[in-house]
Amino acid sequence: MARAPVRISMPDEAKKGEIVDIKAILRHPMETGYRVDNVGKKIPRNIVTDMTVTYGGVEVMRWKLQPGVAANPFIGFSTVAIETGELVFTWTDDTGQVFRESRMLTVT
Amino acid sequence: MTTRRHLLIGGGAGLVSLAIAPLPVGATEVLFDEALQSLTNGAEVKAGRVTLTIPGIAENGLSVYTTVAVDSPMTEADHVRAIHILSPRNPIALISSFHLGPRAGRPKVSTSIRLAGSQEVAAVAEMSDGSFWKDSKKVIVTIAACIDGG
Repeated sequence: MARAPVRISMPDEAKKGEIVDIKAILRHPMETGYRVDNVGKKIPRNIVTDMTVTYGGVEVMRWKLQPGVAANPFIGFSTVAIETGELVFTWTDDTGQVFRESRMLTVT
Repeated sequence: MTTRRHLLIGGGAGLVSLAIAPLPVGATEVLFDEALQSLTNGAEVKAGRVTLTIPGIAENGLSVYTTVAVDSPMTEADHVRAIHILSPRNPIALISSFHLGPRAGRPKVSTSIRLAGSQEVAAVAEMSDGSFWKDSKKVIVTIAACIDGG
């Protein structure tokens, strides 16, 4: 699979118990389904409907999106550094396409 | 039996629906209340504990940076279960929902939203004890997110 069009900003390591700020953005048109093309044909809706983040296999964030979220959906959130583990970011859109990206967080 | 008259009537109705369909109607206060009702299941929504940060004047309604913070200790016993952003004027009242838990550490989320015109955006927080809290801010949108096929 090609590399996901994703940018994630978070620290590589953190102290145990520290709150880690995470920012993630996915390149996606978030087509609302309300727009028409140059010949008046409706452009079908294609938005990212779900985004989840798991940390060491446990879900720490679940985001439900609607067409009201801007194109290239951005999320800023936080999580507590508990143990060294992998954070897996998963986005799913209307066409069933899944974008996945992961980052290691080393807890000292 | 299909007669010419039936065809004409059918064709006429098709034209009418075509003319109406591409123009989505913006959410009214009723739709907003319905969306809120389905989220809270009829529970009372109190003002306070939630801080919605959004620009007072948004130059571009296609992307408005929004932050919602909630006053909560984020412990196992007392934490924020979900944060919802709602709009009384967008075609769909619910803009987005964030489901979090005590492992979030800080009950604060941010994102960029679309706004179909000037309105009072609301943020609702659902607590682990089942209570709901709300904050809302008026936003003047200079260029609305295009929803009418523009």
